Amino acid sequence: MPGLMLASAAGSDSQRTLYPYVTGTSVVGIKYKDGILLAADMGGSYGSTLRYKTVERMKPVGKHSIIGASGELSDFQEIMRYLDELILNDNMWDDGNSLGPKEVLNYLTRVMYNRRNKFNPLWNSLVLGGIKNGQKYLGTVSMIGVHYEDNHVATGFGNHLARPILRDEWHEDMTFEEGVKLLEKCMRVLLYRDRSAVNKLQIAKITEEGVTISQPYS
Amino acid sequence: MFRNQYDTDVTTWSPAGRLFQVEYAMEAVKQGSAAIGLRSKTHVVLACVNKASSELSSHQKKIFKVDDHIGVAIAGLTADGRVLSRYMRNECINYSYTYESPLPVGRLVCTQRSWKRPYGVGLLIGGLDESGAHLYYNCPSGNYFEYQAFAIGSRSQAAKTYLERKFETFVDSSRENLIKDALFALRETLQGEKLTSSNCTIAVLGIGEAFSTLDQETVQRLINEFEVVGEDPPAEAAAAPDQSDGAEPGPAAAAADDDDQETPAADQGAAPMDI
Repeated sequence: MPGLMLASAAGSDSQRTLYPYVTGTSVVGIKYKDGILLAADMGGSYGSTLRYKTVERMKPVGKHSIIGASGELSDFQEIMRYLDELILNDNMWDDGNSLGPKEVLNYLTRVMYNRRNKFNPLWNSLVLGGIKNGQKYLGTVSMIGVHYEDNHVATGFGNHLARPILRDEWHEDMTFEEGVKLLEKCMRVLLYRDRSAVNKLQIAKITEEGVTISQPYS
Repeated sequence: MFRNQYDTDVTTWSPAGRLFQVEYAMEAVKQGSAAIGLRSKTHVVLACVNKASSELSSHQKKIFKVDDHIGVAIAGLTADGRVLSRYMRNECINYSYTYESPLPVGRLVCTQRSWKRPYGVGLLIGGLDESGAHLYYNCPSGNYFEYQAFAIGSRSQAAKTYLERKFETFVDSSRENLIKDALFALRETLQGEKLTSSNCTIAVLGIGEAFSTLDQETVQRLINEFEVVGEDPPAEAAAAPDQSDGAEPGPAAAAADDDDQETPAADQGAAPMDI
């Protein structure tokens, strides 16, 4: 393992992320008529144990975006600290300009990629969606800094189980109800087939008016 | 201003609370050749007088593109101006790289450093961001202000007087009229000297239009337009071509009409000057 070989030179190996401990599973996101819908369950697995059942894996970012994370939850909390600082500095300018979802995703891409280059990644796959000035944006970035945007994205198992469903059934300008039904279908398949999925999920909606994250339900 | 015992160092305050070195730096701006900026809701025009030091030399470049959506015109120590332009370009590029999005102009204008001496150059920064078109003036003291229109450099007062008269029309001005106003203002600073495309530079940027410097041909054509018609500013000039008669020989009047028809198409096709 590369981490072990570089040990002594770097000082202490305990500073690097070698493997994740408490992880979240897939996040699924789609664009719909008024904005973006994200779905994620509320599970935090400790290896093969489904240890934490009420983990919020989706959070709003600024006025225009929402982030969902899978992977190491402590790294997600670290990312939230970076983003809070980013948004704070953006607000401090107080000049009528604000960071939109595209800008936030690109910032995160830089962060993820730079960490990966230092062999100390933030062990997450992130979904970032938002709407600004009528422009919808939905993108994803992985722990090695690969990023792209699309009409529907997913992380982890979602890529294999949910995206095929979305490719078939997603269409432009879905209504909110259609979108939720589609996401629930994806989450159901994930519950059946993904070992680390739990039966408690949240759906997050972001429109021009703002962010709403639903209460957990199953 | 006279020499005094508090003016040696930029870090020394005078008892009256003045930093003389900074004030002297601002004098350097007043000695530079004129630069003018104006903005409407959708466009910003920067114009400057280009004086070559001799007939053999070429003109100093005083207008710089900082990014597709930001341009700067300088007056004062052009070397300092170039240093600052490079710094601003760097800031814009870094921001674009991190956020994939253009740097909002207001965040660019706080650039002054307080190392050895103040920069002896005034910057007229024109730019576009999501809150519209902006024009800022950055002076050696580090202060910056936002303007609808402004002029700096030698004999800029004449231009400012013209701009003060007309600035209320700028907000909704068309691109062409804004450029013409810039040329009129520039002419004021020349105090009788003839305005030609070889002693001025004009640059435009706007919504849907990246920053570009107008080429000599376009500028000369615009100058000719209002010189043929007479001394009237754009508002009257629109009506005048229809009525202009015998004073000019036939071909010139015909040429003016042709120009007016071509103006919209040609301006859109005007190639940016490759410098």
